[in-house]
Amino acid sequence: MATIGASTKPGTLQPADAGRPSRRRRRWGIGQILLTALLIGFTALFLYPLVWLVSASLKPGSQVFDNSLIPKTWQWSNYADVWDQLPLLHWIFNSVVIAILAAGLVAVSSSVVAFGFAYFRFPARNLLFGLVLGTMMLPGSVTMIPTYLIWKQTGLLGSWVPMFGANLFGSAFYIFLQRQFYLGLPRELFEAARIDGASYWGMFWRIAMPLSIPSFVIVFLFEFQASWNNFQGALIYLNGGSLNNFTAPLGIAYAMTKYSPTNGGQGDYQYVMVASLLVTIPMLLLFSLGQRYFIEGVATQGRKG
Amino acid sequence: MALTTVRSSAGGKRREESAGPLTPKRYDRREAIAGYLFISPWIIGFLIFTLGTMIYSLAISFSHLNLATNLMRPAGTSNYQRLLEDPKIAASLGNTLFYAVLAVPLEICFALFLASLLNRVRRGAGFFRTVYYLPKMTPAVATAAIFLLLLNGNTGAINQFLRFFGIAGPQWLVDPAWVKPSIVMMTLWGVSGTMVIFLAALKNVPRELYEVASLDGAGPVRQFFSITVPMISGAIFFNVIILTIAAFQVFDQAYLLFWRDTSNASPEASLFYAVYLFQQAFQQFNFGFAAAMAWLLFVILMILTAIQVKVGNRFVYYEGDR
Repeated sequence: MATIGASTKPGTLQPADAGRPSRRRRRWGIGQILLTALLIGFTALFLYPLVWLVSASLKPGSQVFDNSLIPKTWQWSNYADVWDQLPLLHWIFNSVVIAILAAGLVAVSSSVVAFGFAYFRFPARNLLFGLVLGTMMLPGSVTMIPTYLIWKQTGLLGSWVPMFGANLFGSAFYIFLQRQFYLGLPRELFEAARIDGASYWGMFWRIAMPLSIPSFVIVFLFEFQASWNNFQGALIYLNGGSLNNFTAPLGIAYAMTKYSPTNGGQGDYQYVMVASLLVTIPMLLLFSLGQRYFIEGVATQGRKG
Repeated sequence: MALTTVRSSAGGKRREESAGPLTPKRYDRREAIAGYLFISPWIIGFLIFTLGTMIYSLAISFSHLNLATNLMRPAGTSNYQRLLEDPKIAASLGNTLFYAVLAVPLEICFALFLASLLNRVRRGAGFFRTVYYLPKMTPAVATAAIFLLLLNGNTGAINQFLRFFGIAGPQWLVDPAWVKPSIVMMTLWGVSGTMVIFLAALKNVPRELYEVASLDGAGPVRQFFSITVPMISGAIFFNVIILTIAAFQVFDQAYLLFWRDTSNASPEASLFYAVYLFQQAFQQFNFGFAAAMAWLLFVILMILTAIQVKVGNRFVYYEGDR
C-alpha cells in the first residue's frame, strides 16, 4: 500500500508527538540531550570526508596529504587551473547531457507503461506485471555482457547511446512506482474524460501525466543521480574512446591515476579533489532542491518489499 | 497472451460490462489493445534487454566468442569447467562472500541504530537526516578519491585519528586483512539509503504498543527487541535481500581503489567477483568464460535469496494489506 504523495508526507518525518502527554515531557531531560549529542557526533563522522574534500581541494599538491582541515596555504588557483589540467568541462557537459537523456527517457517511458498497467484491463496483465517485478531481481552482471554485444551489433558502440538507450523501454522499479501513483487516482476522473470524448492517449497525456508530476520527479531525480554516478557503464562503453568523450566519473578515475603519487603519477592530487568536489556539488544541490522526492523514493523502495 | 476471451462486440456498451467485478474474463477489445500498446515499450525492452540478453548470455557461456568476427564456436561445458579449475574464481568468490558477511550485518545494524536515534530525537531529526544522506548523494568515484587518501596507511586521516588514541592503524589498502574492512567502511559511510527505509518503517509502528509495553514495565531495550524489531521485520528482510545482492556485485569501490591501474598492492585480497568478471569480459575478452561466471553468480544469488525468503517467512510480520 504505497500511495505516493497522498498518504505519506516525506517533508514531515519528525516524530509527531504533539498529542503526547506528560510522561514524554519528563524524558526531555538527560535522554534527549544524550541523543542529540550522539546525533551530532555522527554528523561529524558523516560530514568529515566531505569537509576534508573541500579543504584538500584548496591546498597545494604538497599539502593535500597533511590532513589539516584548514589549509596552511589557500591555493584558490586550483579552481582555475583544473580546467587546463583536465578536460573537466567536457566531462561535466557529457555527464549532464547523458543524465538528462537517461532520466527523461526513463521517466516518460516508465510513465506510459505504468499507466498501461494501472488503468487498462487486458488479458495476462497481472502475469506481465509480475514479470516486471521479477526483472528487478535480475543482477546486472548477467545482462552486462550480452547487452554490450547487442550494442556492438547495432554499431552504436563508441557513441553515448548505450549509456541511456535501454531507458527508452522503461525500468522495473520506476514502472512499479509510477503505477502505484496512478492507482491512487480516482478512476472516475478517467471515465468522465472518456465520456467527454478523450482518447486513451489524451487521458494519459492530459490527465494522468500532469497529475503524476510528483512521481515523475522522483523517477527523474533517481535516474539522474544513477546516471551521474554510473562508473561501470562508462568504463565499458567510453573508456576506449577519446578523453573528451568521457563522463565525469570515468574522467575522475583517469585523473586519480594520472595524479596519484603512488604509481609514478604527478602527485597533483588536489586537481582530483577539485574535480571530485565539482561533480559532487550538483548532486548536493539536486538533493537540497528535491530532498522530499529522494526520501520518498527510497522509502517506497522499502515498502514494496 | 490469448485474446480469445475478448468480447468481439465493439459497441457502445462495452465499458459497463467490462467494468463489473463479476466479469473478470471479459475484456473490452479496444481497451485491451490500448493497454498492450501502452505497455509495449516495456514488452519490447523485456524481449531484447532481459529475455534476449539472458538467452544470449546462456548461449555465449557455452561457446567461444570471437569478438572480431562475432562468430560463436561451440565450447560445450568447457567454460563452466574452467570455473572449477581457475583458482581465482574460488578466491574472488571467497573475498566477495567475506565482504558480504561483514558488510550486510553491519549495514543493517548501523542503519537501524541511526534510524532509531532519528525516530526518537524530538528536535532536529530533519536536519540530521539531511546531513546523513549527503554521503549517499556523493558519486562513488568522488567517495573513492576521498577514501583513497583517508585510508592511506601512513598519511591518512583515519590512522592519524587512531594514533591520537595511541592505536597504530593498519595499512588499510595494502594489508590483505584490511582490504575488505576498508571497503565496508566506505559502504557504511553511505548507509543512509537503508536508514531512510528503516525510518519509514519505524514511523509506521503504532505508538500505543510502546505505551502499553512501558506500562507493563518494559525498558527501552526490551521494547526495541520485542516491539520494534518484529514490527519492522518486513523492512529488515527487504534490506537484507537488497544489500546481499548489492554486496555480491560490489564493483565501483573495489575497482577504483585497487584495480584502476597496475599499482595494486594486494591483488589477491582485493579481487572481488564482479571485478574479475569485468576483467575477464572487457580486458581479456573471454566473453564465454565471463558469461559462465555471470550465470554462476546468478545461481548463487538465486539460492541465497531463496534461503533468505524461506528463513524470512518464519520471522517476518506482515501487516494485513499486502
